Amino acid sequence: MRYLPKSDAERAAMLRDIGAASIDELFSVIPNEYRLTRDLNVPRQMGESEIIDHFKAAAQKNANGYTSFLGAGAYRHYRPVIIDSLVQRGEFLTSYTPYQAEITQGTLQAIFEFQTMICELTGKDIANASMYDGSTGAAEAVMMAVRITGRDGVLVARTAHPEYREVMHTYAQHQGHDAREIDYGSDGRIDLAALDAAVTNQTACVLVQSPNFFGIVEDIPAIAEIAHKKGALLIVSIAEAVSLGIVRPPVEADIVSMEAQSFGVALSYGGPYCGVLAAKEKYLRQMPGRLVGETRDTEGRRGFVLTLSTREQHIRREKATSNICTNQALVALMATIFMTVYGKQGIRELALQNLAKAKYAADTLGKQGKLLFASTPRFHEFVLQTDETPDQLNVRLLEKKIIGGLSLKKWYPELGNATLWCATELTTKEQINTAASVLANAPVTAAAR
Amino acid sequence: MATNSFTGNTRKVTAHLTQNESLSFEKSSPGKKGYKLGPLDVPAVDASALLGAAVRNTEPTLPELSEIEIIRHFTRLSTWNYAIDLGMYPLGSCTMKYNPRVNEFVSRLEGIAEAHPYQPESLSQGALEVVKLLQDCLLEITGMDAITLQPAAGAHGEFTGILLARAYHESKGNPRKTIIIPDSAHGTNPATAASCGYQVINLKSNSQGGVDVAALAEIVNEDTAAMMLTNPSTIGVFENEIHKIADVLHDKGALLYMDGANMNALVGKTRPGDFGVDVMHLNLHKTFSTPHGGGGPGSGPVACKKTLEPFLPAPVLTRGSDGQLHWNYDRPQSVGRVRMLYGNFGMFVRALAYILANGPDGLRQTTEDAVLNANYIRKKLEDVYELPYATPSMHEVVFSDRRQTKNGVKTGDIAKRLIDYGFHPYTVSFPLIVAGALMIEPTESESREELDLFIDAMRQIAREADENPELITTAPHSTRVSRLDETTAARKPVLRWKGPPAPNGVEIDTAAKEW
Repeated sequence: MRYLPKSDAERAAMLRDIGAASIDELFSVIPNEYRLTRDLNVPRQMGESEIIDHFKAAAQKNANGYTSFLGAGAYRHYRPVIIDSLVQRGEFLTSYTPYQAEITQGTLQAIFEFQTMICELTGKDIANASMYDGSTGAAEAVMMAVRITGRDGVLVARTAHPEYREVMHTYAQHQGHDAREIDYGSDGRIDLAALDAAVTNQTACVLVQSPNFFGIVEDIPAIAEIAHKKGALLIVSIAEAVSLGIVRPPVEADIVSMEAQSFGVALSYGGPYCGVLAAKEKYLRQMPGRLVGETRDTEGRRGFVLTLSTREQHIRREKATSNICTNQALVALMATIFMTVYGKQGIRELALQNLAKAKYAADTLGKQGKLLFASTPRFHEFVLQTDETPDQLNVRLLEKKIIGGLSLKKWYPELGNATLWCATELTTKEQINTAASVLANAPVTAAAR
Repeated sequence: MATNSFTGNTRKVTAHLTQNESLSFEKSSPGKKGYKLGPLDVPAVDASALLGAAVRNTEPTLPELSEIEIIRHFTRLSTWNYAIDLGMYPLGSCTMKYNPRVNEFVSRLEGIAEAHPYQPESLSQGALEVVKLLQDCLLEITGMDAITLQPAAGAHGEFTGILLARAYHESKGNPRKTIIIPDSAHGTNPATAASCGYQVINLKSNSQGGVDVAALAEIVNEDTAAMMLTNPSTIGVFENEIHKIADVLHDKGALLYMDGANMNALVGKTRPGDFGVDVMHLNLHKTFSTPHGGGGPGSGPVACKKTLEPFLPAPVLTRGSDGQLHWNYDRPQSVGRVRMLYGNFGMFVRALAYILANGPDGLRQTTEDAVLNANYIRKKLEDVYELPYATPSMHEVVFSDRRQTKNGVKTGDIAKRLIDYGFHPYTVSFPLIVAGALMIEPTESESREELDLFIDAMRQIAREADENPELITTAPHSTRVSRLDETTAARKPVLRWKGPPAPNGVEIDTAAKEW
């Protein structure tokens, strides 16, 4: 086996040194009846070229060469080549969690830069070293708010990503807090009157996503006012990190939960992505997850360490702020490199391009159906209502090698034949026009329905 | 390194120059760019007009750097890290094994890396076949009946597994109240139990560091939902009364949860499903070679017995009568989602590539070599370091610093001194049941030469502890930074860069003169 650096002679010599007659002697502690005496029924050992062929064949069975208008919490942005070059350096790729600070300053400094950039983009004072993803991050943010306020009421906008909401409910169910959903109004934003009526002095937090699942930017100052006047915290979930280049950061939020996948991370059929929590400084002690802090060594040199670990499970055990241990360090590094590449100007320019492409796409495709919530500010996603069902529509689009908008039927049946479309800097005018022409050719029977 | 601060024969390492590098913000200067977007092929827009009050008016302080500077920045940072690619990483319970590069290659194939999670299932069959084959392999390896790959890491897997146990008990009318956890367990175990609404009952280990079955029998009752057990235990010992443990729990209707952190000791030799485990998690970033990446991403699949299958997180993968794979969301008894989408798919690809590279013979040989290596280290060091438990070791060996503390040298000091010898430290002060623990897991990835270098280093450090303890208590002496002030870091937290750039963009490293 090519990963194992030993000859049989060396194995035999080591066994002799140990004083064991055979390798089986080292496993003799396992009761006989539980010892596996046959080969595992897994595929036979493959050569490297066979492994590559195996996965190439799998890759071929997935969508290849399609134009995609999918977003919905997983976004296709350009990933600068140097990200992959750098994160494939063994010193990053094959390093452990930086508990031994003297020999992990590279990872620690990079995370410190990550935390700083997330603070800058979100307008918060502190950010952690990452969470699993945006969905679990949102759930952890809710639990954090419950701890901070000592209250148990949780209000979640129905315009937050449906799968984030599902995860929040899973986390909440045994924490003793109830999560109620607040519907949206005719503008596609959270219904402020309904929210106002629902917030009480037992409400721990209000969680909204902005841009929300429909791509619409929520009215954060108004939501904050409603939450804060009853002493509830405001959590803003951000599924599309690139939006922060052009959309006002949620400065009124007490906690921001962000998904950083858009920052240079491959779609990879759903993961690994990169969650991160940012918050006001006064909530530091209730922050879950790892934190990197600046300090000095015995000679006075600047260095970085994992800090405030008394919040964490390896110290506090059942009283920890979270059970999280392993996070998404390498993906956070990818996001850090991405933010460094685009920098102060680039992140704005990139976001502007997304805004422009989506405006053109919404205008162009909107002519072939009804653009919902058309007059509310949005970033790079929009909801299109058509006479055809999403299934019918997508069958015709797929014939032209286009993956159209995501059907919203499962989550928002009241919207009828609604699809969620996304355009990014990678979407071309020609692709948008082609999709529009397919939509324009809807069969008459469908249109008449 | 200066000869006056270092004695001993360091065959593995030599001092060499490393580059200084300030924070990216400190290197930034206005107007530099590391990106170039293509021209906009649609009409430009007025962001203020489109977004109104929601437009961003403040610029984030992100660095402005050119591409070569960014490459050098992160490359220089990388050289400050220790890594498996540089040498042995004997972190107990972390299973720092070789991360094969073909795994990285196949995870980046276009049809895999660019697959959108919501693209039609008919255009995702390749991805779903990867999920299916990995699930099948993991079920065969664990001897379990059903599996979810949704959890993103080990602790997330624990959370999922305990939710399954809870849902199982609820379906019988009573969720029960407590989870029993041995005092040797990882901190994630009690934290998980608490996050699932359970009270933790600690179980004291017996004189061999294992589960005291008689004591267990006394505390298991109708309130016990499950026991969370790491097997082999965190001291690297196989619970040879595992079947009795399972029986004691099952007699009271409680479940046996196995923390699979140490599965690298078992693959191909024995299967948890065969010795009474009801539900367990695996760490793909430990046993199945996906990279740790400086702390993640991981992946924590949860496997369970048939009785728990109805409760698995939705969706689950099923093969339809048409031969196609589908995500099945119709799971009325499901505990719900624990993560959006399907889990860390990129890690599934890597783990499957690892299994295919090994085959049944390679997987078994891997386990045997991991156990051989740990026992070799044990044999070669047991005369100089105290072995608190004489029980046979599996894939890791735990010593204590009892002999060295008489000179004021503690496990944390020995660990730091190991850095001077070119090794990453072992796991320090864990498990908690061993005072001053040195927890060493070499994995199968070490050659005899590397093991011998490690053994030499550990033996020299033991000698130094007698002859020159201060050399150890002030170690490391050869790193870019010496011991860092963790107390001040926690008391006066500085968690982000705030300061203005240094005049020349570089913090002068005046103290770096010791070599």
